[in-house]
Amino acid sequence: MEEKTPKEILKVENLSIQFNGEEILKDINFTVNQGETLIILGPNGAGKTTLLKALLGLIPYKGKVVWKTKNISYLPPQELVQRKYLPPLTIEEFFKFKDVSDKKILKIFKEVGLDPLLLKRPFSAISTGQFQRMIIAWALVDDPDVLLFDEITYGIDIGGEETIYSLLHRFWEQRNLTILLVTHDLNVVYEHANNVLCLNKKKLCYGKPKRILTPKNLREVYGTGVKFYKHTHK
Amino acid sequence: MKLVLALIMGSFIGAAAGYLGTLMLSKRMALVAGPLGHLTLPGIALAFLFGFDVSIGAFVFVVLGIILIWLFEIRTKLPMEALTAVVFAIGVAITFLFIPEEKTIPALIGDISQLSPNVVIVTVILSLFIIFATKKFYKKVILVEISEDIAKAEGINVKKNNLLYLLCIALVVSLGARIVGGLMTAAIVAIPACTSRNISKNIFQYSLGGLILGSLSCIMGILAFNFTGFPAGLLIILSSAFLFLISLFFKR
Repeated sequence: MEEKTPKEILKVENLSIQFNGEEILKDINFTVNQGETLIILGPNGAGKTTLLKALLGLIPYKGKVVWKTKNISYLPPQELVQRKYLPPLTIEEFFKFKDVSDKKILKIFKEVGLDPLLLKRPFSAISTGQFQRMIIAWALVDDPDVLLFDEITYGIDIGGEETIYSLLHRFWEQRNLTILLVTHDLNVVYEHANNVLCLNKKKLCYGKPKRILTPKNLREVYGTGVKFYKHTHK
Repeated sequence: MKLVLALIMGSFIGAAAGYLGTLMLSKRMALVAGPLGHLTLPGIALAFLFGFDVSIGAFVFVVLGIILIWLFEIRTKLPMEALTAVVFAIGVAITFLFIPEEKTIPALIGDISQLSPNVVIVTVILSLFIIFATKKFYKKVILVEISEDIAKAEGINVKKNNLLYLLCIALVVSLGARIVGGLMTAAIVAIPACTSRNISKNIFQYSLGGLILGSLSCIMGILAFNFTGFPAGLLIILSSAFLFLISLFFKR
């Protein structure tokens, strides 16, 4: 079979962001191809979340961000999603915010392994693990081309975290999705990323995980005080 | 005839306030209607002095108050609620400097004895506008509450929505000031929403409940006013509170 040339879906050129005179990101350049999983890695305060927000056009920036699609789903870290002090919103009503059919909602619920009975439950009254799957289903229900997920497994225990990433991996395989993930977790990078972008205010490394994530590069990203993270395959 | 006009007007204002109130309660903004209601007082006082419609006076001053709060917030970065307290206190103090004594009670607790068909028609149109506008931004406001970033990424214009939302609040408060006065406007947005919250299990029931209960309280209050002669504003609030107490027995 003839191999297709990958189609570029995002191009970022000389992206710089400043807040109140402080430089958050400087001269970031990279491209993402359709069907690629790019993981954005870096310590706290490296500008990872800021980068995602700029890619979505939620904050002002200098430079160029060119998307070849408009069909993008974004999820912030779970702790930033408000679940309390809301009106009596049911999960079903939350999905209906997106104007999708019942059939589609039921289908995606099955795909993420959730019981359709949960649809009648209040938005605020499902467990953290169920909420995680539910919100991923919400992000996927209107068939996006691209997922931008920011630390979505924050606050989830290790077992749960692995399941969420394998779930995403399954969708990635089935749907030819392009995924941009922000994470601290090097395990996730090794197992799921095609490319990795290491940040600490500026681009420190970019490329295939196995080639890029050298002890030297990691020390540069996380600083000399951080112990090197040893990755083991089970 | 006067009773019919009052019932039509009351039921529409009550419905609009109750419906919008369900959104304000979920945004924990229900109490904001209190100080904003007090802000209507200088406008109502001026309307009495110069003989124009009280809702127009009320609206101008509420909008002026909101703009002042907004400007103060940009300048001082103080919390919005603290600045609301500053602005509404100024409004109340100014009102009592010049309001004629015999007009104090109507300004504070409302007056529906002087209604013309034109006023009722305009009020009905404005109430319908509030209901339709609220329906349009209802889901969006809730999504913004859940996560502003998700909402923006979904293409929601948050600033435009907030502006429309504030405009509807200003309108409801100004219309409400006519029937329940500047003192108790918070009640017509907060009580029906609280009652509806007690008996509903999803957004659809909750928002529709607020609309129906808001309208029903106004109808009950105005009918009670017709029989007893006590001020309608007070009776509307008490009817609303009565429905709230009943809802406690059915709380889900």
